[in-house]
Amino acid sequence: MTRTQVHEHCKLKRYIWELPVRWCHWINVFSIVTLTATGAFIAHPFSVAHSASDFAMGWVRFLHFAIGYLFTVSVVSRMIWLLIGNRYAGWREYFPMLTARGRAKLRDMFRYYLFMSHQVPETIGHNPLAATAYFLVFCIYIVMILTGFAMYAQHAPGGLMHRSLGFMYALFNTPTLHLLHHSLPWLLLGFVINHVYSAWLMDIKEHGAEISSIFSGYKFTLKKEDE
Amino acid sequence: MSKQNGSATRNGKKHVSDESREYSVGEDLRQRGVSRRDFLKFCSAVTAALSLPVSFAPKVAEALDEIKRPPLVWLEFQDCAGNTEALLRAANPTAAEIVLDILSVDYHETIMAAAGHQAEAALDKSITDYKGKYICVVEGSIPMKDGGVYGCVGGKSFLDLARKVCGGAAATIAVGTCAAYGGIPAAVPNPTGAVSVKEAVPGATVINLPGCPVNADNLTATIVHYLVFGKIPALDAFGRPLFAYGKRIHDNCERRPHFDAGQYVEQWGDDGHRKGFCLYKMGCKGPLTFHNCPSQRYNEKTGWPVGSGHGCVGCSEPAFWDSMGPMYKRLPEVHGFGIEAMADKIGIGLAVGTAAAFAVHGAIMAINKDREPGDTTREG
Repeated sequence: MTRTQVHEHCKLKRYIWELPVRWCHWINVFSIVTLTATGAFIAHPFSVAHSASDFAMGWVRFLHFAIGYLFTVSVVSRMIWLLIGNRYAGWREYFPMLTARGRAKLRDMFRYYLFMSHQVPETIGHNPLAATAYFLVFCIYIVMILTGFAMYAQHAPGGLMHRSLGFMYALFNTPTLHLLHHSLPWLLLGFVINHVYSAWLMDIKEHGAEISSIFSGYKFTLKKEDE
Repeated sequence: MSKQNGSATRNGKKHVSDESREYSVGEDLRQRGVSRRDFLKFCSAVTAALSLPVSFAPKVAEALDEIKRPPLVWLEFQDCAGNTEALLRAANPTAAEIVLDILSVDYHETIMAAAGHQAEAALDKSITDYKGKYICVVEGSIPMKDGGVYGCVGGKSFLDLARKVCGGAAATIAVGTCAAYGGIPAAVPNPTGAVSVKEAVPGATVINLPGCPVNADNLTATIVHYLVFGKIPALDAFGRPLFAYGKRIHDNCERRPHFDAGQYVEQWGDDGHRKGFCLYKMGCKGPLTFHNCPSQRYNEKTGWPVGSGHGCVGCSEPAFWDSMGPMYKRLPEVHGFGIEAMADKIGIGLAVGTAAAFAVHGAIMAINKDREPGDTTREG
């Protein structure tokens, strides 16, 4: 009985986010911020050069491409980790609607967000609502990477990258590639606002160290996932 | 070089005197008074246009010396005859001569002397006698709607003509964006159901030379490639020869250093515009367009759009007109929001909306006294 009493009042430290998950998260943050900044300059450059020998746009584009590669490596690594990581990193986490239990958690979280319930739901891994959004965010990442490299590969038509991305040119004409690559970051910006807000909200409401967990990997939860 | 004019008359006669076809191209040129020097100059220019090493120039000359003139028919469908104009106005006389005089042009509606039944008989004779051997050049798109009633010559619809003539040709060269991709007639709402030659006659061997108009030098080079090597040049995924469409305009542009430096025209006629800065911000489609305009240029290689201070409009891309616009904006407009709105305006609206929604949400959450998970003693 003593144990149960402890459970009611003490939270347990739990290792949730493994090192690769945290690395990928922060590399993605860095990449998205720098890619957005350099991308904004590429889309709306202002005349900064004093001579034709300057290389302002050249360097900005170089950064954009180099960090684009970094971001791609990060996203691909995270996708591999979907298969080999722990249960909180696994791909099932992103489809809570596939199981009855997940749907119930999703409903509870939805009710809480719409002020229909004042009971803060306990989340141990991903917030089911957030995880659903992350799936869409992953899709945006993939479209961004594919459209980005499809445009990039046009500097060397017939090259390996250009040929591998042949399906992209069959699906979209070049102006559409540019428009997609230019528009989708706005959705990501909307997501970032939501993401930071929700992390802040749940940190306050849940008392589970939501924000510090993405630095340390540890969350504080009342019960185990299976209990 | 005595023959700057009158090619129409000669071409009109060609189908009558078949023996002239037996001359080789080199012999024919000599007979017409083109000097050996001019001939070799032409061979060098065309070798360069084909992106072949300079050592190929003598081989091109040798091959052209010996090759027999292939018959060529030129069909005009839904077009403005702009490609014909581009060819006839080719300033370099030898280039025009090669294409118009040296080739046995048996049928060309705009320039032939024959008319009516005579002309149609000439076409029939050429495509029957030289089935599988003649070259067909097509200008203009082909209307498919309502059984192809929107265009006909001599009582035959464009579609029937295309099937018959392109289907029996050794190769069909679709000149101009209309013939290559449907072009302006195929732009929304496409009232005639216009399509490209390849779409109308899927079985034909088609080389696309898009552009508005086609660069006559590229057409000459394509034909010379066919004559010299006996096969069509290497094509990209859109059926365009790689020698002419293998690189982006942006990557070969004379204004590219200004792009990399960060020097842009901000407004028409501003200081940067006068200094020849990059036209990227003025909606130049050079970064989206594959063509050899910067190196091949137009009008005796004197100029081309970007060189003249106007951005590329992407006229040689499959997406031209419907999706390359607006001409003076970098990105297409986004439709479907009631008004035409640019992607960034929608994006800003979305971001502000999201931020506002969550600010309100946060304010309500701050007032709410919620129960922490499993803990009835505290309120968060």
